[in-house]
Amino acid sequence: MAMNYNAKDEVDGGPPCAPGGPAKTRRPDNTAFKQQRLPAWQPILTAGTVLPTFFIIGLIFIPIGIGIFVTSNNIREIEGNVFMYYGLSNFYQNHRRYVKSRDDSQLNGDSSALLNPSKECEPYRRNEDKPIAPCGAIANSMFNDTLELFLIGNGSYPTPITLKKKGIAWWTDKNVKFRNPPGGENLQERFKGTTKPVNWLKPVYMLDSDPDNNGFINEDFIVWMRTAALPTFRKLYRLIERKSDLHPTLPAGRYYLNITYNYPVHSFDGRKRMILSTISWMGGKNPFLGIAYIAIGSISFLLGVVLLVINHKYRNSSNTADITI
Amino acid sequence: MALSVDSSWHQWQWRVRYGLPQSPSEVTPLLLPEKGRRSYNLPQQRVVFPNNSLFHQDWEKVSRRYPGNRICTTKYTLFTFLPRNLFEQFHRWANLYFLFLVILNWVPSLEVFHKEITMLPLVIVLFIIMVKDGMEDFKRHRFDKAINCSNIQIYERKEKTYVQRHWKDVHVGDFIQMRCNEIIPADILLLFSSDPSGICHLETANLDGETNLKQRRVVKGFSQQEGQFEPEHFHNTIVCEKPNNHLNKFKGYMEHPDQTRTGFGSESLVLRGCTIRNTEVAVGIVIYAGHETKAMLNNSGPRYKRSKIERRMNTDIFFCIGLLFLMCLVGAVGHSLWNGIFEEHPPFDVPDAKGSFLPLAVGGFYMFLTMIILLQVLIPISLYVSIELVKLGQVFFLHNDLDLYNEETDSSIQCRALNITEDLGQIQYVFSDKTGTLTENKMVFRRCTIMGSEYSHQENAKRLETPKEPDSDSEEWTQYQCLSFPARQAQGPATMRGQKGAQPLRRSQSARVPIQGHSRQRSMGCYETSQPPVAFSSSIEKDVTPDKNLLTKARDAALWLETLSDSRPAKPSFSTASSIADFFLALTICNSVMVSTTTEPRQRITIPPSNKPLGTSLEKIQQLFQRLKLSSLSQSFSSTAPSDTDLGESLGANMPTTDSDERDDMSVCSGGYSTDGGYRSSTWDQGDILGSGSAASLEETLESPAPGLAGPEVCYEAESPDEAALVHAAHAYSFTLVSRTPEQVTVRLPQGTCLTFSLLCTLGFDSIRKRMSVVVRHPLTGEIIVYTKGADSVIMDLLEDPACVTDIDVEKKLRKIRARTQKHLDLYARDGLRTLCIAKKVMSEEDFRRWASFRREAEASLDNRDELLMETAQHLENQLTLLGATGIEDRLQEGVPDTIAALREAGIQLWVLTGDKQETAVNIAYSCRLLDQTDTVYSINTESQETCESILNCALEEVKQFHEPEKADHKFFGFHLPSKTSSTTSGTMVPEAGLVIDGKTLNAIFQGNLEKKFLELTQYCRSVLCCRSTPLQKSMIVKLVRDKMHVMTLSIGDGANDVSMIQAADVGIGISGQEGMQAVMSSDFAISRFRHLKKLLLVHGHWCYSRLARMVVYYFYKNVCYVNLLFWYQFFCGFSGSTMIDYWQMIFFNLFFTSLPPLVFGILDKDISAETLMALPELYKSGQNSECYNLLTFWISMLDAFYQSLVCFFIPYLTYKGSDIEVFTFGTPINTISLTTILLHQAMEVKTWTIIHGLVLLGSFLMYFVVSLLYNATCVICNSPTNPYWVMEDQLSDPTFYLLCFLTPVVALLPRYFLLSLQGTYGMSLISKAQKIDKLPMDKRDLEIQSWRRRQWSSPVSEISHPTHHPMPPIPEQDFCKSTPKNTSPPKRKHTEDLVLHGQRCGREHVRDDPCSGNSSAKLSSGEHLLGLNNTMASGAYSRGQNDVSRRSKSGSHRRSQSSLTI
Repeated sequence: MAMNYNAKDEVDGGPPCAPGGPAKTRRPDNTAFKQQRLPAWQPILTAGTVLPTFFIIGLIFIPIGIGIFVTSNNIREIEGNVFMYYGLSNFYQNHRRYVKSRDDSQLNGDSSALLNPSKECEPYRRNEDKPIAPCGAIANSMFNDTLELFLIGNGSYPTPITLKKKGIAWWTDKNVKFRNPPGGENLQERFKGTTKPVNWLKPVYMLDSDPDNNGFINEDFIVWMRTAALPTFRKLYRLIERKSDLHPTLPAGRYYLNITYNYPVHSFDGRKRMILSTISWMGGKNPFLGIAYIAIGSISFLLGVVLLVINHKYRNSSNTADITI
Repeated sequence: MALSVDSSWHQWQWRVRYGLPQSPSEVTPLLLPEKGRRSYNLPQQRVVFPNNSLFHQDWEKVSRRYPGNRICTTKYTLFTFLPRNLFEQFHRWANLYFLFLVILNWVPSLEVFHKEITMLPLVIVLFIIMVKDGMEDFKRHRFDKAINCSNIQIYERKEKTYVQRHWKDVHVGDFIQMRCNEIIPADILLLFSSDPSGICHLETANLDGETNLKQRRVVKGFSQQEGQFEPEHFHNTIVCEKPNNHLNKFKGYMEHPDQTRTGFGSESLVLRGCTIRNTEVAVGIVIYAGHETKAMLNNSGPRYKRSKIERRMNTDIFFCIGLLFLMCLVGAVGHSLWNGIFEEHPPFDVPDAKGSFLPLAVGGFYMFLTMIILLQVLIPISLYVSIELVKLGQVFFLHNDLDLYNEETDSSIQCRALNITEDLGQIQYVFSDKTGTLTENKMVFRRCTIMGSEYSHQENAKRLETPKEPDSDSEEWTQYQCLSFPARQAQGPATMRGQKGAQPLRRSQSARVPIQGHSRQRSMGCYETSQPPVAFSSSIEKDVTPDKNLLTKARDAALWLETLSDSRPAKPSFSTASSIADFFLALTICNSVMVSTTTEPRQRITIPPSNKPLGTSLEKIQQLFQRLKLSSLSQSFSSTAPSDTDLGESLGANMPTTDSDERDDMSVCSGGYSTDGGYRSSTWDQGDILGSGSAASLEETLESPAPGLAGPEVCYEAESPDEAALVHAAHAYSFTLVSRTPEQVTVRLPQGTCLTFSLLCTLGFDSIRKRMSVVVRHPLTGEIIVYTKGADSVIMDLLEDPACVTDIDVEKKLRKIRARTQKHLDLYARDGLRTLCIAKKVMSEEDFRRWASFRREAEASLDNRDELLMETAQHLENQLTLLGATGIEDRLQEGVPDTIAALREAGIQLWVLTGDKQETAVNIAYSCRLLDQTDTVYSINTESQETCESILNCALEEVKQFHEPEKADHKFFGFHLPSKTSSTTSGTMVPEAGLVIDGKTLNAIFQGNLEKKFLELTQYCRSVLCCRSTPLQKSMIVKLVRDKMHVMTLSIGDGANDVSMIQAADVGIGISGQEGMQAVMSSDFAISRFRHLKKLLLVHGHWCYSRLARMVVYYFYKNVCYVNLLFWYQFFCGFSGSTMIDYWQMIFFNLFFTSLPPLVFGILDKDISAETLMALPELYKSGQNSECYNLLTFWISMLDAFYQSLVCFFIPYLTYKGSDIEVFTFGTPINTISLTTILLHQAMEVKTWTIIHGLVLLGSFLMYFVVSLLYNATCVICNSPTNPYWVMEDQLSDPTFYLLCFLTPVVALLPRYFLLSLQGTYGMSLISKAQKIDKLPMDKRDLEIQSWRRRQWSSPVSEISHPTHHPMPPIPEQDFCKSTPKNTSPPKRKHTEDLVLHGQRCGREHVRDDPCSGNSSAKLSSGEHLLGLNNTMASGAYSRGQNDVSRRSKSGSHRRSQSSLTI
C-alpha cells in the first residue's frame, strides 16, 4: 500500500514543492545500524553462566601464584649477578615539590638550560650568582655515602669485592635522557660557569674518574634522579658480576662493609640499609604477588563452588515452582 | 509556513532595552511645525503615514524609525557569538567551578599541573558546547531567513502598482496586497477586501489554534469601494496605540485631511501569522512590523528544560563535592600532621624560591586547595560533554526510526530539544489535547436517525474503515464504490452506453482534480505551506456514502417538498417524507457554512444562482414538474431537468425537450436513480450536474471555457468541522447548499430545483445554549420555520410536550419517536459519535413578528444585552418538533486506543485537556478507551468554590472506600510506589474511576485552594478529562501536577492553544500536521501521529533513559575510582599532592581512553529489545521509578568505586613496596590496571553487545598502549620538569607488570561479577526478567510474553474469557448528595452547579428520566458491585478483540446519564 502511494505521487506529475521524489524523501534508511537492529549478543550473568569463569580463574591463578611464590623464595640463593642496593626509609622522594625540583633540559645537555636552569629548580637554582649544575632539590640531596664490600678470607686480608659501577641505570636514561653539555674535551670546561649543588662535596664533573660515567651521565646520579615512588625505597648501587659458573658470586664467608658516611638521615628520621640480592625473571624478591595469586585463585574457586550450589538449588526450585515473576 | 517566533522574546527584550531609547521613534517633532498638524500624544501613540506619493516624505521620516519586518530570532550574531556564548556557558556552575580550578592552578605555590594543561579540558568542553550552540543558532537563522524571504505584494510608490517583495522589505506604512491563502507578514490594518461587504476571512490557527474562520472588517468608510483599492488616494494619517501583546486589543483612529477621525479596533487588524481565507484580495496598511507585531510580542522564549537525570545528577554532584571536600580536608590535615613530625626540614621538603617554609597551618590550607586541583576530576566535567554527545546520538537514532516516520507527510520525528531525551523514559503523567491529537480532527458523518428510524449507513461505515484514505487512490475507491452498489453492475451496459458511457471517466476526472492537489501537498510533507485550501474538506469528510434506503426516501421527500407549492398542506404533516425533507433542509440550512469555489482565486458564492425573482423560477419548476409527472412519475426525479440556472441558461430553451427525451431513456433503465445517486455522492457538484444533465448539456458544460457558477466546484467553509460534515452529508443526499448570504440561503434539491430560503434570523451557536437556530421563510409554503440543531441533552428538553398535543395518535407517535431517537442517541454515544439533534418548529407570522421586535429590542439594548439575547433565544427555541439526530464521528487517529492502553499499562496517567465540550470529550474518551464502560465516572461542573469543595470531599470519600490508601502515597512520594499500586488495583478488580471536570470548575478549584483535594481525587482516577479549558488553564493544570506531585509530565498537542501546556510540561510534544506549526515550534519533540507516542516513550524513552542513566552512574564510578587512586597515593607521598601518573596520561585517560566506550554505551546499548518493550509496556516503570539511577545505585557504584580503587592501588603498592620502583614506573601499572578495570566494568554493564561495542572497547584498550608507548618513547624532555621517558617500554618488558595487570582487575571486579550473577539468578526486577525473556528465540519469547501478561492481568483475563456467564450483581444505588430539589433550573440562574456522577454499569438498562421534567437525581454507583466486570484490558491484539466482543455483548445501554444535580 505504501509503495502504491508513492508511485502514485509520481504519476501525478511529481510533487510541486520538492523535485525528484524518492531522492528527497526524508524516510530514514532501513539499515540495521540506523534501526538499531545490529546483530547483538546479550549475555546475562547468572549463576549458571558465570560458573566456569570462577573455576577457570581459580585454576589459572593458583598455579601462577605457586610459580611466583617459588620463584620469589628462590631469590635468596646468591647465584648469578648479585645486585647491591642501598635503601633509605622515610625519605619522601615522591614529594610533589621535590619531584619537580629538577631541570630535565639541563640534564639532557642543553647548554642554555645549563647556564639558566628552569625555575622549577628554585631555590636550588643558583648559588652565589652561578647556576647550579645539576640544579634542583633532587640533585642537591643525592645520596653520597660510599659503600665498599670486602670478603674476609681465612683471617688474611679482606679482599675487596669488585663492585661494578656501570650498568645500574636504564640504558635509555644514560644514553638518551641524560647527556653532558656539549663543548670541549674536558668535562670541567663543559660545566664552566656553573657551580656544584650546595650539599655536594664535589662538582658534578668530578663524580667519577671514568669519563663515560662522569658528569650528568654518572650512573649513581642517574639512579638517584629516578625518584622513588614510595618513601621506603632502595636504589641500585652496584653490580657484583659472577666471575664464573663454577663459583658462586659471593661465596659463603664473612663480609665486611665499609661505609663512608656522608649522608645524614637524621632530619627525616630515616634509616639506611644495604641490600644484596639477586633478581629472578620477575624482579626482586617479593612474596606478595605469589600469595595474592594463590589467595585470589582459591577465593575464586570457592565462589565457583558456592555458585554451583546456588545454581543447583535454583534449578531445583525453578523446576518445582514456576518462576516467580 | 509558520512563524518562527520562539526565543524572539530575548531579542525583543534586547530591542526594548537598547533599541528604543536610542530611537524615540514615536516622536516626530520635525514634522509637526512643518505640516502644522495637531500634535500627537507620541509617547503613548504611534503615528503611521502611508507610503504613497502624498505622504512619502512623512513616511520616510517616521517609518524609518520603526523596526522593519525582518525578524531575527537568533541568539547571536557573528560578532557577539564568542563573548555571549562564553558568558552563557559560564552560567553553568560546573563550568565556573572548572574555571575557578584553572585560575587556582595559576597560583605558583598551588601549581599541581601545568597551567596550560589544566585549561585543556575546560577549553575542549567549552568548544564542543559552543559548536553545538552555534549550529542550533544557525538553524534558527536559516529559518528566519526563509521567513524573511517569503514573498508578498507591496505597493510600490514609484511604479504605482503592487510589486512582489520579501517579507523583510515590509515597512510600517506600506500597503500590502494579500491574496487568498497567503500568510500575513505583519500586523496590517485592513482597508480593502474583495468581498463586497468589506469582510476578510482569516484563519488564526497559527496564533490560537482555532481553525474556524474569523472575520475582519475593513475600516469604516472603506467598505463601499468599487473595484480596486487605490493607495494613492489614501490620504489619511493613522494614529494607534504602541505595540503591545494583547491579541484582541487594538484601537486607533484615522485622521482625514479635513481633521475628522474614523475609529477602528481590533476587528480591522489582521495579525501576522494568520492566513487569509475565502477572500480573493485584501489590501491593508502595515501598522506594526517585525518584532513589534502582536504575534511576536506574544511569544515568550521557551523555558529552559533540565532533564530529571540532570537534576538528580546535580544533587549527586553535591555529594561528590562533599566527598571532595572531605578528601581535601584529609589531605590538608594529613599534610600538616606529617610536616609536624619533622623537627627540621628534611631534604625532600623543598622550600619556596626564597628558601623559606610556610607555616604549618598555611601549608595545610594550601594543601587543601592543591588537593582540590588534584582531585578535580571527581566532579566530572567530561560528563557534561558526554551527556550532550550521547543525547545527540540518541536524537540521531530517534530521527532515524522508521516506526516514527509518517509516509503521508514524509516527516519523521523532530527533536527540537536535544537535552531531554531521557525524560521520555520517565514520564508519569501525560496531558493530551483531544482534537487533532487523539482524533484526526476530521468530522465524518456516520449515521443518522430520522423520525425514530435509524439509518445505519453501513456502506459509509465500511468506507471509513478502509485503512487507507480513499483520496490517495481514487481509482480503487471508484472501484470500491462500484462494488458496493451491485445494482450498478446489474444494469445492462448496452442501455447505459447511450447516455452514460462516457460519464464515469469524466466524473472521475472531475472528482480527482481537487483531491489530487490536496493529497499531493499533504504527501509531500510541506506541511508548513500545505494548509489545506479549505478547512474541513478532506475527501474523507466530504465523501459520504448515502444509505440506500434513506436515499430513496430522501428523493421521495424532495419530491414531496416540491409538491408543497401546489397546495399548502392542511395539517402539520408528520409524514416521513416531510420530516426527511425537513431534516435535510435543516442540515443544509441550519449552520453558518459559507460556499465558495475551489478554483483559485476562491470566490465566495453569495449570489444565488438564480437572480430572478423566486416566483418565476418557481413557476418554471412547477410547470416542469407537472410535465414530468405526466410522463413518468416514478423515475422522473432522477433526471429532472436541472433548473440550475446556469446550466439552464446554457442549455437554452431547448432544455425541457432534451430533458424529456432523456427521461425516456432513463425510464428504460429502471432503478437507475439509486445507483446514480450513490455514485454521485462521491463526486462533486459537477458530477451531480453530469448525472442529471443530458449528454449534450454535459458536453457543453464541460467544454465551455468559462463555466458559470455551477462549473467550478463548490467548497464549504465552515466555522466548525461538525457543520461542514453535516452539509457534506446533506450534499450526499443531493440536498446541496448552493449559496449563502446574510439574507438568504439557496439549496439545490435532488431534482436540481433550487430553493431559496430567506433567512430571517440566525441564532449562532454558543456554549451555554449548546444549540443554534435559523429562522427561515419557506419559499414554497411561505411558512416561517425555525430549524434548531444542538446537543441532544439540550434539544430533548426543549421539545414540545407530547402531552400538549391534542391528537392522541400524534402524541403516541411523538413519544415513540422521542424514545427511539433517544435510544439511537445512546447507541451513537456508545460508539463515540458526536451527536446532534435536529428539530424544527413552525411559527406563525404573528408570533414571529412579536419575537422579532423583542429580539431587535434586545439587540439594541446596552445593558445586560447578552442576557436579553439569551432570553430571546429561549423564547424562540422551545416547543420544538424533533426531526432526528445525527452521529458524527471525529475519527480517532489510527492506533490511539492501543497507544492509550499501552501507556496506561506502563503506569502513565493520562489526562485529556481539551477546549471542547464535555459531551464530545467524554465520547472520545470512551471510544479511545481512556474511560471504560465499567468505570465510575465522576464529573464535576460547578462554579462555586464551596460546592466544589463539598463535591470533592464526597467523591473522595466515595472513592477511598474502594481503593487502598496506597495510592495516596504514590501522590506524595512521587515515583516510589506506582508499580505497587497499579498491580494492586488491577489485581483486586476495583472499578476504575474517571474524573470529568470543566473549565469553570477548574477555576473554582484554583481560586478556592482546592488543588490538594483535587489532586488527591485524581490519584484514584484512572484518567481525568478537563473539558472547556482555556489554554491558560491547561498549562496551570500541568504546572499544578508537575509541581505539587513532583512527577514527570508530558504534554502533547497540535494546536497553538496547546502551546502553553506544551511549554509547561517537562516534555512537550507537538503533533505536526493539521493545525499550523505553533505547537511544533514550542515543543521539544514533534511527531506526526499520536500513536508514535507509544514507541517514542516505551522504547526510545526507556532506552534513552536507561542508557543515559547508566552512563551517568558509570561516569561517577569511573571518576571516583580513578581519582581515588591519586588520593590513596597521598598517604605515601606526605600529602604533598603528588601524582604517580603523568598528567598528560591522566588527561588522555579521561579524554580518550575511557570516554568513547561510555559514549557508545550511552548511544547504542539496549537493555531490552524494542519488541519486548513494546509487548510489555510495564517495563516502562523502571524508568518512572528511576531504577537505573537513584540514590541507591549511585552509592552502590560509589562504594564499588572505592573498593576497586583500593584494589587497584594497593595490589601494586604491596607488590612494589620496598623496591626501587620509580614514581612513574609505579604509576604506569596502576594506570593500566585501572584502565583495564574500568573498561571491564563497562563491559559488564553492557547488556547488548554489538560489533561496535566490542571494537570500541578493544580499540580504547589498544589505543592506551599505543598512545602511551609513543608518548613515553618520544617525550624525553617535552613535559618538563618530569618526563615519563621510556617508562611504558620498561614496564612492558617486566613480567611483574603483566602479572599485576592480570591479577588486579580480577580482584577488583570479582565482587561485582559475583553479585551481578547472583542478581541475574535471583533478580526480581522486571528488567532482569524481561532480559531473560528477550534471550529466548522468537516463538518462545512470544509465548513467554503472553504468559507474563496473563499473570499480570490474570483476573481480568479470566473474566474476559467468559463475559456472558458473568452474573450481574445487583446494583445498590445510593443517592449521592442530600437534596435533589425539583427545579427546572431556569437559565437565568447565576450558578448552576451540576454534579454529575456517572455510574457506569454494564448490563443495566439505564432508564432515562422523563425528558420533560428536565432534571433528575444524581446517583453514584458504588464500586463493589462492579467487581469482576469488564475492567479495562491491557492493550494488545489478543485482548482487544475479546474486549470488543464483550463490550458489544453487553445488552444494556451504557449511556452516561446526563443527570444533573442542582444544589
